[in-house]
Amino acid sequence: MLFGIALFGSVGDSLLSRGMKEIGTVSLTHLQSLIVALANFWVLGGIVLLIGFFATYMTALSWADLTYVLPATSIGYVIIALIAKFVLHEQVTTARWIGILLITSGVGFIAGGPALTPLPEHSTRESEQDREPELASARGRS
Amino acid sequence: MKPAYTWAAIFLMVTASVTGDVLLSKAMKQIGDVGDLWQDHGIFRVVGSVLRHPLFALGIAAMAIAFFALLFGLSWGDVSLIAPASASLTFVGNMIAAKLFLHERVDRRRCIAVALVACGVVLLAF
Repeated sequence: MLFGIALFGSVGDSLLSRGMKEIGTVSLTHLQSLIVALANFWVLGGIVLLIGFFATYMTALSWADLTYVLPATSIGYVIIALIAKFVLHEQVTTARWIGILLITSGVGFIAGGPALTPLPEHSTRESEQDREPELASARGRS
Repeated sequence: MKPAYTWAAIFLMVTASVTGDVLLSKAMKQIGDVGDLWQDHGIFRVVGSVLRHPLFALGIAAMAIAFFALLFGLSWGDVSLIAPASASLTFVGNMIAAKLFLHERVDRRRCIAVALVACGVVLLAF
């Protein structure tokens, strides 16, 4: 799931970037060119992947802490750098490789820990009452 | 004045982005594990519950403010400053906000991870 967030986000951004470079500069006085951009294959592909990114991100937030999900999915920055180097043939500097190493280390750190803060007994009951009433009551029936 | 405008946009973007992330996280925790709910009630009911949740709408609004702050920031400053500065400050801001408002257990492991990722993101700009 977390790798899916990183993959959808980074590849989606890369596709949008490629599409917008084909379309050219969009000025505030010619916003209609943004509508033209929607017909571009790469932009459309990027939007579809970013919708996938958002759906997987929201799903992950439903079972994991925000402070777990965000650093864990930052591996997407590494995927973007690898796409830039090996697909787009961009120059990746030494500083960027060090940055990639730091991010990978951070992801390794967070991945070894628990994904969700355990709730104390009394707040577990409060949390159940806080939940979406319709689904919570349905869950109670099932 | 442009550096002041640029940093104001970065500050607004980070604040709005952290607010959005916290609201979305809170909304999803209240809704419950999407995987379990999907199995029990079907995808459409789960999607409907997410879309109708007031905190979800507020979170999306905050994210929209962050997006427009980014656009304004990019019109005043360099992307090589704005992108890494806003991303790394958002990581740190999220850690503080998650501890304060979501009562997440931010232990030493998570602090080190956030610091490593924030520094790494800054280095990606060079």
